[in-house]
Amino acid sequence: MNHLPLIIKREYLTKVKNKSFIVMTFLSPMIMIALIAVVAYLSQINNNKARTISILDETGLVSDVFKNTENTTYSILSNISLDEAKKQVKAKEEYGLLYIGKSSDTAQIANAIKFYSEDSPSLTIISSLENKLEKKLSDLKLQQDGVDIEKIAASKTRIDIAQESFTGEKTSKIDNILKLAFGGAAGYLLFMFIIIYGNMIMRSVIEEKTSRIIEVIISSVKPIQLMMGKIIGTSLAGITQFVIWMILGGIMVFVLSAIFGIDMAQMQTPQQEMMQQAMQSPEVQNEMQNVMVAFFKLPILNLVIAFMFFFIGGYLLYSSLYAAIGAAVDNETDTQQFMLPILMPLILAVYVGVFTVIEDPHGTISTIFSFIPFTSPVVMLMRIPFGVPIWQQVVSLLLLIGTFMFAVWFAAKIYRVGILMYGKKPSYKELYKWLKY
Amino acid sequence: MNDLLVANSVSKSFGDFKALNNVSISVPKGSIFGLLGPNGAGKTTLIRIINQITMPDEGKVLLDGSALKPSHISDIGYLPEERGLYKSMKVGEQALYLAQLKGLSKQEAKERLKYWFDKLDIGDWWNKKIQELSKGQAQKIQFIVTVLHRPKLLIFDEPFSGFDPINASLIKDEILQLRDEGATVIFSTHRMESVEELCDHIALIHKSNKVLDGKLTDIKRQYKTNTFEVGMQPQRENADAILKAISEKFEVHPATFKNLNDDLKLNIKLAANETSNDLLSFLTSKAEVHHFVEVVPSANDIFIQTVKNN
Repeated sequence: MNHLPLIIKREYLTKVKNKSFIVMTFLSPMIMIALIAVVAYLSQINNNKARTISILDETGLVSDVFKNTENTTYSILSNISLDEAKKQVKAKEEYGLLYIGKSSDTAQIANAIKFYSEDSPSLTIISSLENKLEKKLSDLKLQQDGVDIEKIAASKTRIDIAQESFTGEKTSKIDNILKLAFGGAAGYLLFMFIIIYGNMIMRSVIEEKTSRIIEVIISSVKPIQLMMGKIIGTSLAGITQFVIWMILGGIMVFVLSAIFGIDMAQMQTPQQEMMQQAMQSPEVQNEMQNVMVAFFKLPILNLVIAFMFFFIGGYLLYSSLYAAIGAAVDNETDTQQFMLPILMPLILAVYVGVFTVIEDPHGTISTIFSFIPFTSPVVMLMRIPFGVPIWQQVVSLLLLIGTFMFAVWFAAKIYRVGILMYGKKPSYKELYKWLKY
Repeated sequence: MNDLLVANSVSKSFGDFKALNNVSISVPKGSIFGLLGPNGAGKTTLIRIINQITMPDEGKVLLDGSALKPSHISDIGYLPEERGLYKSMKVGEQALYLAQLKGLSKQEAKERLKYWFDKLDIGDWWNKKIQELSKGQAQKIQFIVTVLHRPKLLIFDEPFSGFDPINASLIKDEILQLRDEGATVIFSTHRMESVEELCDHIALIHKSNKVLDGKLTDIKRQYKTNTFEVGMQPQRENADAILKAISEKFEVHPATFKNLNDDLKLNIKLAANETSNDLLSFLTSKAEVHHFVEVVPSANDIFIQTVKNN
């Protein structure tokens, strides 16, 4: 008798109807969005605060680079001693005092610059001051050496090497960044999915044990059916939650940007200022078009299919192990010792993905790890956007499926014995014995 | 073929521990079969093998003449000793789910559940969650779920634990009725008075071995010692003489039992060639006999004696 659909249905409905599941499904995106909004709002307040920075330039050479902006006013002091200037700035409760000491030689000016303030100044402000000064001083030095600044500006060249494989496929840097983004997102999504919903499966197995219904159930169905039903039912609930999150997140971003849209545009952090300037330049607009072109050049069909197979394969492999752990223990606190061996390969996969695949997507290490079943789902998903030969994908997938079968067999063994064991905290040795029962 | 369930030399080991050693039992159709034994004897292992939860290492189990197979699941109803239901699931949904797992259609299960809920007077529990019920109430649900698919073989492991006397007797009557309707019952318990009351066959498992089995009356016959409990009302002055006369002829032990009269109370053991009538005619010639009963060993006595001797 095949009870699998019945078990899946029950697992799914119990999960989905569970109050905390519903609350989490609808609350999490709100909390996330709220958090982002709060952070954005706070940094906006911080950056919108008008501040005045006094400048005492005893060389008289550099003060003209400081132009007032919306939030920052520069007040140029002159004919005043450093001590007096400090007192004055303090009395007026200004943000700080930039002091450029007198120096005979322009080369020495750099060593005579100091910033005085009540509290330690923000990093962005200091670096923005530094940038301005550096540029000015370099220009000054060049001028001293008799170099024409305008010629230098005119000689600046922008290079973006066009890449082309021997078979004629054109790629570029933007392509690579986009590929990384895709691979990274897929790998990371799988990682999160395994951890969140693997745990959910484990808890559901433990719950059946603690409520002692397990013996009734397995006098009606085979343990492996129960286990598969649990894994599939919980996964479907997980997918439901994920989809709702996506939709809610999308709606909320849309609504929020409609409400606060103008405010967000006004968020003038120094980085955004730069970004905006950059966006307006024709070169970058050109690049934006390149991104779109690059997107359509990705092996999209391959990506989607591989994503589905590796995602499902990897997820099932790990969740069967989670189910086995749940069956082996009596309560969640006892799971710790078994969690490490599960998390290790997963974390390793993410590290390999992030550090090695970026550097060299087809190097030895990336290739090896994209075949090892416990790391292959994450690593292979990260590699695929860079173009992996189909045979490699198929071999890796076959290995994954083979290991999955073995893991299910292993988990089912542990499960069959473990679900009827109470009051024992099993050791690895014990688990090994269970395999032979 | 009169046996519904036959276990043939079943053995099962867990690692180095032998949980069952060459155990054979036959459960006649329509009987209530007591599976007895001290804690850890192997009863639960045997029951799990019958339920196909674990597989025997050696030996065979036949249900209705054919070796156990997955389709037999719907022929067996099992109430394990470790009870439990999904705590946060509603009573009705849960019962439907478990019934469907046993192969009933949803519609069929609904109708039968309605019948049982009415019968046990719990109709208004359908939408309650298990965690809102008392332990005894949850047990009732569990009982219903066990018998709902009308299995040929019912296995109850300590079915009365957790019930108050009223509900225990209600459940007992239901079990008897199910037997009368044709079900065969295997009944595992430590409570010997319920064995006495319900079982017609028993098997005793001790330290993984079957040490005793058969019809309860046969076993009692086998264990009886040809001893009679006697109460007499002799004249006061004759009492010592009568006791002496009896003692010379038979093996006599003092006895205690409740009686209206201030009797001479004795346990008299007969030799193999003597009959109860010999004893009775001898006694009536001495004094008035008020009380004359054959001492039949209780299931409890047999249990303790057998376990101690092994």
